[in-house]
Amino acid sequence: MVAVRLIPCLDVRDGRVVKGVRFRNHRDMGDIVALAERYRDAGADELVFYDISASPEKRSVDTAWVERVAEAIDIPFCVAGGIRGVDTARAVLHAGADKISVNSPALERPALIDELADAFGSQCVVAGIDSIREDGRWRVRQYTGDPDNMVDPRRDTLSWVTEVQRLGAGEIVLNCMDADGVREGYDIEQLSSVRSICRVPLIASGGAGAPEHFLQAFAEADVDGALAATVFHSGQIAIPDLKAWLHQHQVVVRS
Amino acid sequence: MTVAIINSGGANLGSVQHALNRLGVESVLTRDADTIRSAERVILPGVGAAAWSMNALREAELVEVIRALTQPVLGICLGLQLMFDSSEEGDVDCLGLIPGRVRKLEVDDSLRLPHMGWNQVEWVADDPLAAGLDGSEWYYFVHGYAAPVDHAVAVSEHGQRFAAVVRHKNFAACQFHPEKSASAGARILQNFLEI
Repeated sequence: MVAVRLIPCLDVRDGRVVKGVRFRNHRDMGDIVALAERYRDAGADELVFYDISASPEKRSVDTAWVERVAEAIDIPFCVAGGIRGVDTARAVLHAGADKISVNSPALERPALIDELADAFGSQCVVAGIDSIREDGRWRVRQYTGDPDNMVDPRRDTLSWVTEVQRLGAGEIVLNCMDADGVREGYDIEQLSSVRSICRVPLIASGGAGAPEHFLQAFAEADVDGALAATVFHSGQIAIPDLKAWLHQHQVVVRS
Repeated sequence: MTVAIINSGGANLGSVQHALNRLGVESVLTRDADTIRSAERVILPGVGAAAWSMNALREAELVEVIRALTQPVLGICLGLQLMFDSSEEGDVDCLGLIPGRVRKLEVDDSLRLPHMGWNQVEWVADDPLAAGLDGSEWYYFVHGYAAPVDHAVAVSEHGQRFAAVVRHKNFAACQFHPEKSASAGARILQNFLEI
């Protein structure tokens, strides 16, 4: 039986790992490769690197650090941020990434997902979705890496989830912005709603603060993976301990 | 040791090379028939669609070259599927090294497609690739199509049982990605190099 995935998310800015609260006030967390190796050794099942400066600044991902990570680690990793065409995606995948995640550029031009899936297969293409509650509905947000330039693309989250699957996304990372960085738990209600219309793997993002939150996401929202940053980076939750605890609660984890 | 990684044109071929580097073995990514024929080990990786990759191999005139290899050959992921007679994905004839047809995984609503993530395998026959491995290990899979278990030396399950590792003479292959499967995957690659 396939195991759930615990996925540390490393926000990358100018070649360093950073972390902010509600997307603001970024603090330096360390060197990319050193952190990637630490998480690999701790039993992380996968890593996600978000180049948070790339998309709002309309820059592409710098592939030099992607290659450094690929040389060092032997678990899968995904790169997000600033991938707006097949050529950039190819460069990132050839540098050693297993998957590419597209968010803002796919909202600019949804056909991008279709083109990437055609070129590399759906299994390489992750749709990242930043979602916020607004007037009792969940709505998508764009360019969330830079709060001053954040855009409302005028899309309902649930309809966008359906569309990205139709276009060929092989996995969805749903970042629930209301919960992000505040460590009070994943947005189970929203994740469950998305789960009900999502046939591809669904990864929960935003809100992890305690082992119970991971259990809720897996047991109640039936997600395939859970992404977290602060609780892992700070050492508040050690991945081996979390896996042992989840295993005790009948969640299938990789040991 | 000389290791040739066949450049089938798919994404992420560099990862296999990095994994071999970590084992202290240099390799060459190539489409050159002589380089492939003369290598002591040959790896057939693959990410992407079966029909597209078979076209790439045909255009590079590598189909007969691969079929005639006598040294140990290891297929990875799509590379495993290409070793069979044919694939339902794009309804394409493959290399025909192992009898059988690759089909789309059939899963009910409780399971996701593609089969993406870490899963375990059950070794059902002795094989040099299994040295030091007992079935408790986890491997990283990403695929929507799968091969029948008839020639499997290890099987896994996602809605149905499918071939996780196959063997026919000098040709072996794994459906998972050993280069992305942490220490268990490194052991598989090491075993392949030591055959």
